[in-house]
Amino acid sequence: MPAMDEVFKALADASRRSLLDRLHVRNGQTLNDLCEGLAMTRQAVTKHLAILTAANLVTTFKHGREKLHYLNPVPIHQIGERWIRKFERGKLTALSELKRQLEQRDE
Amino acid sequence: MSKPEFVYVTYIETTPQKLWEALTNSDFSKRYWWGTSVVSDWKVGSPFSLVLNGKTTDVGEILEADPPRLLSYSFRHILNEAASNERPSRVTFELEPHGKLVKLTLTHQDFAETSVILDGISKGWPAIMSSLKSMLETGQPLIIPFDALSIEELEEGTRS
Repeated sequence: MPAMDEVFKALADASRRSLLDRLHVRNGQTLNDLCEGLAMTRQAVTKHLAILTAANLVTTFKHGREKLHYLNPVPIHQIGERWIRKFERGKLTALSELKRQLEQRDE
Repeated sequence: MSKPEFVYVTYIETTPQKLWEALTNSDFSKRYWWGTSVVSDWKVGSPFSLVLNGKTTDVGEILEADPPRLLSYSFRHILNEAASNERPSRVTFELEPHGKLVKLTLTHQDFAETSVILDGISKGWPAIMSSLKSMLETGQPLIIPFDALSIEELEEGTRS
């Protein structure tokens, strides 16, 4: 199973993030589509796609004879829940506690 | 068939039978799908609908059902007038066991051109799948608040 470590490692690279951005703009692209207009060799794109696929951030789908790449944001949602919302809740609780204390002092 | 607009994959530590149950039983779907009931007898040709707070939000027909491996239904959102006039799209779930895990692949395709529900679909499914995975693995769904998804086209006070 793609562990969260793999997701973070896959995201820790600007070239890989730019590939995800390209898929966000247009989902379901072939390797050729993805290579177009990029300052990266085909070999490098293939390598980055393999890392993104292993992290389950990109998924491939066979459509006729073409292998299409899709952005798969499910692991990003999981990170959002695990690492972002949790801390937001903490922050909001702290803020409301601060507000309560400040208001009490005014009384 | 045109190429799918969306392909989502998640690996869930469960069995295909439990995952099938979670996809087709309202008691489960309500827990990970913002209270939504999935309603059908899951036989090919039978009607399918999603019901939220007593209101039908989406309708379709079962196109393929091979438990616990493959489920496919047509899908049309009916709360929004523009969406309800579009031709239905197609949702397919494939369940594939890999040792202790089940690979769940969801494809959603055949949307009307410039469909008004694309944005909602692209934000909704990943959150639903993430919540479903969490429910099956930990017993607790991961409900990402519906408002947090900022879906523009569809909401008219139907979600609470």
